[in-house]
Amino acid sequence: MIEYALMFGFCAVSLALLLNLWRLVRGPSLMDRVLAVDTMVINAIALIILFGIQQRTTIFFEGALLFAMFGFISTVAYCRFILRGDVIE
Amino acid sequence: MDFVFELIVSVLIVLGGFFSLVGSIGLVKLPDLLTRLHAPTKATTLGVGGALAASMLFFAVFEASLTIHELLITGFLFLTAPISAHFIAKAHLHEHAAELREQLPPTGRPQGWSTFDGLPATEEEGEGDDHKAAHH
Repeated sequence: MIEYALMFGFCAVSLALLLNLWRLVRGPSLMDRVLAVDTMVINAIALIILFGIQQRTTIFFEGALLFAMFGFISTVAYCRFILRGDVIE
Repeated sequence: MDFVFELIVSVLIVLGGFFSLVGSIGLVKLPDLLTRLHAPTKATTLGVGGALAASMLFFAVFEASLTIHELLITGFLFLTAPISAHFIAKAHLHEHAAELREQLPPTGRPQGWSTFDGLPATEEEGEGDDHKAAHH
């Protein structure tokens, strides 16, 4: 049963990633693209976690944690660059 | 008993995938950025939370290795999603300050609108937009 649920999860999250990619390409504004990348990072974390369940290994959690940190930091850095014209003052 | 846990894990995985999909559909379908911000920050965060809860239960029950990593990732995502949403909204307001400011009525107080007007005219430090953005 878990296998079928995983199949559904993979399909749903992959479709979500494609929709995010559409928003990333389409724009229209700069912040839309930043938001699309932020959502893509979160969906990629979900995909990594589901892949870890399928492979029955816990080795991907560190990768997911790194993805979470880099996604957050890059979003905040870009927004600070827009807001202040500089990332670190 | 295994069947019950298997059922719970499957339901959590399906819910996680479903909410991720709902968030991304919202990101595509909603009309402008400030409404689009709702879908990923709430639905997608819930979706990844479902996947992480499923993973935690799966490894605790079937692999007998309870790890704290999923809790770390969940806590980190749930803490950072509102912060990044707030930053994106602030940057959007900052980017479109001119046209958005015109749509607002007067506040009727000495203070102006936050993000757009800065502090009332007691101090003139003249740092421009940087100074305004710092006071919200």
